[in-house]
Amino acid sequence: MNVPTMADMIAQEKQPEVLFWVGAAGSYDERAKKISRAFVKILHQANVDFAVLGTEESSTGDTAKRAGNEFLFQMQAMMNIEVLNGYNVKKIVTCDPHSFNTLKNEYPSLGGNYEVFHHTQFIQNLISEGRLKINDTTLKGKKITFHDPCYLGRANDVYESPRNLIRRLGVNLKEMKRNKSSALCCGAGGAQMFKDAEKGTKEINVLRTEDALETNPDIIATGCPYCNTMMTDGIKFIEKEAEVLVKDIAELIAEANHL
Amino acid sequence: MQYLPNIFFALALLIGLGFFAMNIRKLYRNIKFGKDIFRKDKRSERLKNMMMIAIGQSKMVKRPLSGFLHIIVYLGFIIINIEVLEIIIDGLFGTHRVFKGYLGNGFYGFLIGTFEILAALVFVAIVIFWFRRNISNIKRFFSKEMKGWPKTDANNILYFEMILMSLFVVMNATDIPFQQAGIGNPISQFFVPFFDGFSSDLIHIIERSAWWSHILGILFFLNYLFYSKHLHILLAFPNTYFANLELKGKFNNLESVTKEVKIMMGQDADPYATPPEGAEETVPEKFGASDVADLNWVQLLNAYTCTECGRCTSACPANLTGKELSPRKIMMDTRDRIEEVGRNLDANKGVFIDDGKQLLNDYISPEELWACTSCNACVEECPVNIDPLSIITDMRRYLVMEESAAPQELNMMMTNIENNGAPWQFNQQDRLNWVNEE
Repeated sequence: MNVPTMADMIAQEKQPEVLFWVGAAGSYDERAKKISRAFVKILHQANVDFAVLGTEESSTGDTAKRAGNEFLFQMQAMMNIEVLNGYNVKKIVTCDPHSFNTLKNEYPSLGGNYEVFHHTQFIQNLISEGRLKINDTTLKGKKITFHDPCYLGRANDVYESPRNLIRRLGVNLKEMKRNKSSALCCGAGGAQMFKDAEKGTKEINVLRTEDALETNPDIIATGCPYCNTMMTDGIKFIEKEAEVLVKDIAELIAEANHL
Repeated sequence: MQYLPNIFFALALLIGLGFFAMNIRKLYRNIKFGKDIFRKDKRSERLKNMMMIAIGQSKMVKRPLSGFLHIIVYLGFIIINIEVLEIIIDGLFGTHRVFKGYLGNGFYGFLIGTFEILAALVFVAIVIFWFRRNISNIKRFFSKEMKGWPKTDANNILYFEMILMSLFVVMNATDIPFQQAGIGNPISQFFVPFFDGFSSDLIHIIERSAWWSHILGILFFLNYLFYSKHLHILLAFPNTYFANLELKGKFNNLESVTKEVKIMMGQDADPYATPPEGAEETVPEKFGASDVADLNWVQLLNAYTCTECGRCTSACPANLTGKELSPRKIMMDTRDRIEEVGRNLDANKGVFIDDGKQLLNDYISPEELWACTSCNACVEECPVNIDPLSIITDMRRYLVMEESAAPQELNMMMTNIENNGAPWQFNQQDRLNWVNEE
């Protein structure tokens, strides 16, 4: 798979159209790596001239910031900004709503000003520019429900881009009772992904998976690697992994287009 | 002697409003006890928010039943208060239904008739609210933090409103000339038969008693606000005006940290610079919040504005799954603590004397703070734009940066970010391996 780095690009005196910010999950997490690869396939199909930072990429600091470690966050931010500005990056796309939120909203006041897109927004633009078509026959008739990632939805008011893409797949989109601005969190945000939950009566991801299962779906679609993990674990906990799949929208599009 | 009622009325009005003004000053002082934050920009956007959210109730109606009932009570409250103006003039000058002469029988009747219908609707809405709060199975009214005073307080307000509305109708029903005119009494006419057989003197005494109780009740209620959760009827307006206008995902970057990080990273700083005169004596700024003095005034205004409806808590993923965290409790605790600090200021001539307590631990436990997923559901739900998440974040910042008291797993996560740029323990040199792993 051809994934050029910014360093490669600069060596060839080229400036890519967009930087793909892979994020820690997209780089290291077994499940999320598949999302990164699916998205790259879509970028290739649409002939997008992109690059990644590769080993020069480092945590955006989102999790550190939500955990309360503003020092670590700002250190990470300034380090990343130095690298990004060094490469004269103007446009960034990422599959991770947490990176999306941090790069877009919290980097500017520290000197990092970029046009930042969530991959669902970016893909939607590719379609409206006529650079990509989604095959609406492969997944036709599948029942899909969409789980809104908090850091895409409530945090940044992006509700329609993922839904527009899902509708283009020719599938049957059914909303959960808690959706869009009233969607329930998957339980991973605010650094919860990296710790056990406090004492309670239930795991949040199980509650959210139950929300999803009420729509009787074939597929639970998400747009966030952490949500993906939480919903996948929820499905396993409820022992529905034989019937229900958890997929990122990028994976669904790659599958529909036989990539 | 004939002026005695007027004098008594003027005195009651003066005491009622004076006491209210005194409490408003304390309220203002307590809110200003918080740190400064700039919220005077984007006036038109702020005004629009206030018009839509506080005046227009746009977020209330997201839950249609309670939203609709609330609009009835809200409109009733505002419109019926026009009648209070007449009562005040009558009381001060010894007139009776002074507006009638100016407005003419027809229009006056229309006005009072409207008030009566609203009063009846408000009464019905309040009774439904009472059932919802006491008999229904709506969880948010029966949470832990709603036991004791908060519940009594909520019911007190409902009883008060029921009594005020009843007094208004009784006052009209026992006003013999008003009933004889027969205009503007669509509701009170049905209560006239209750007073059949009473002497006209007795009916007059009842009318006067209802009239006096009504206005004294309103003055009492006005002053009860300061001690109850009901301040939202005043503070919802400034609260929505001064609320955060940024996207909910955008957390503030602490400037005090930026300075230090820039020095550490050798940016914009002269490492050989000598500190300015007197710098050694200044205490370095505290990171995050452990008490109300570390919060900003908008966060304290939020706490005073909260009417404990619990919509935040009913949407909180942590609370829904049985964790200790309740965003409503965060706001109630913040209010309780700033009130305690306010009493401390009262007792010590405006200077806060350390009482060995703080918001953290004495009110809000780390367990509550660490259960938050920062999902913004509470912020989204609040009908008056209160932001419990900002307080949670500031308190986490204190726990981590001042106390190094994060849960062990989070410390590991942060160490990993420091060492290898990812929350997991992977080698940074392997960051691009995903490309060739298919």
